[in-house]
Amino acid sequence: MLEAINLGCVRGDRRLFEGVNFSLTPGTYLQLQGPNGSGKTSLLRIICGLLTQAEGEVRWQGANIRSLGEDYFTALTYLGHRNGVKDELSALENLRVSNALNGIEINNNKAREVLRKMGIGGRESLPARLLSEGQRRRVALARLAVCNTSVWLLDEVLTSLDRAAIGLVRSLIEEHLSGGGIAIVATHQELGLSGVSLQRLELAT
Amino acid sequence: MLRWIVWRDLILAWRRRADVLSTLFFFVIVVSLFPLGIGPETQLLRTIAPGVVWVAALLASMLSLGRLFANDYQDGTLEQLLLTPQPLYLIVLGKVLAQWLVAEIPLVLIAPLIGVQFDLSRETLLVLFVTLLLGTPVLSLIGSIGAALTLGLRGSGVLISLLVLPLYIPVLIFGAGAVDASIMGSSPQSNLYLLGAITVLSLTFAPWATSAALRISLE
Repeated sequence: MLEAINLGCVRGDRRLFEGVNFSLTPGTYLQLQGPNGSGKTSLLRIICGLLTQAEGEVRWQGANIRSLGEDYFTALTYLGHRNGVKDELSALENLRVSNALNGIEINNNKAREVLRKMGIGGRESLPARLLSEGQRRRVALARLAVCNTSVWLLDEVLTSLDRAAIGLVRSLIEEHLSGGGIAIVATHQELGLSGVSLQRLELAT
Repeated sequence: MLRWIVWRDLILAWRRRADVLSTLFFFVIVVSLFPLGIGPETQLLRTIAPGVVWVAALLASMLSLGRLFANDYQDGTLEQLLLTPQPLYLIVLGKVLAQWLVAEIPLVLIAPLIGVQFDLSRETLLVLFVTLLLGTPVLSLIGSIGAALTLGLRGSGVLISLLVLPLYIPVLIFGAGAVDASIMGSSPQSNLYLLGAITVLSLTFAPWATSAALRISLE
């Protein structure tokens, strides 16, 4: 269970939000909404522990994430605005390295199979800088197909994706939720998930 | 895990080998300018050799430090590294190790060769090689603190130099001191011991400080 208790965030001298509360049980999808600059990214970064909140706390399985340290990261996958894809490495190398650093070593065949499923088949050995923006995002999303974490934090993942790729993301998230995962997604688009328990959080400016 | 991060950074360095070579050429050219400028006064050249080689090594390491975290920061891989279930200390250690292998080891290997221009004896060249081998890890380790602190700032290149170069002074003194002692015909041992102590000390504390600085820079 992932809980946010009375979270508040201040950036510079501007208060972005305060009193954010939610409690997510396994299988829950939380959609973060709000205009640009309302603090969606900041909230996601607070939940994954990259940013320190002004007040309140985030709890994972009942414990404050600050006290959990690296143990919390074993349960977490975060995809931000920036893809986290190295331009000089191929899609294959990117996928293998990022998973290995998260403790999942996969061989070349497995990585190739995942990339083919994500629609990068045939281009998996090219340096990522030769891929288009949408393809690079697909490489980043391929991590979701491999990881076995329970909390997914996805920040505007649908930008620069075509309809087929959005369908892939939808099926990945549905599979994740039906396996007892939690997903928090900041997006302006409706994903149209079926058969999941959906919560919405609207951040106002 | 350490091997994955080292492997990754070595591959990245290999695919951008122009960056690595520019550091090496900078070192070779700066050191070679002195004998060319001063002329064939062997006594003077021998006296200034330790200082010149060591200062050139410090300046050359400045060139590569800016890239230590900046590229990873820009493409978002650094925040992913911070969110891996590995201790950040180990990740920093792996990145610094890769940086040392790529940027410093070539300088260490070529130093005895360009030291010949200063009319140094074979024993002194060996001492020069050993001091650089012992001292350059400190340059990478202390430099990583500066690189992490100035991450994402404008004009961070100059700022790193201002932050880090003063911290290099002990390494410079004992490194050049050991070579000096060898030229004078006395034993470089005491200087080498002190240099080794600094290396161990920075190996213990620098990755920890760099981790803390990275967390602050990524907020």
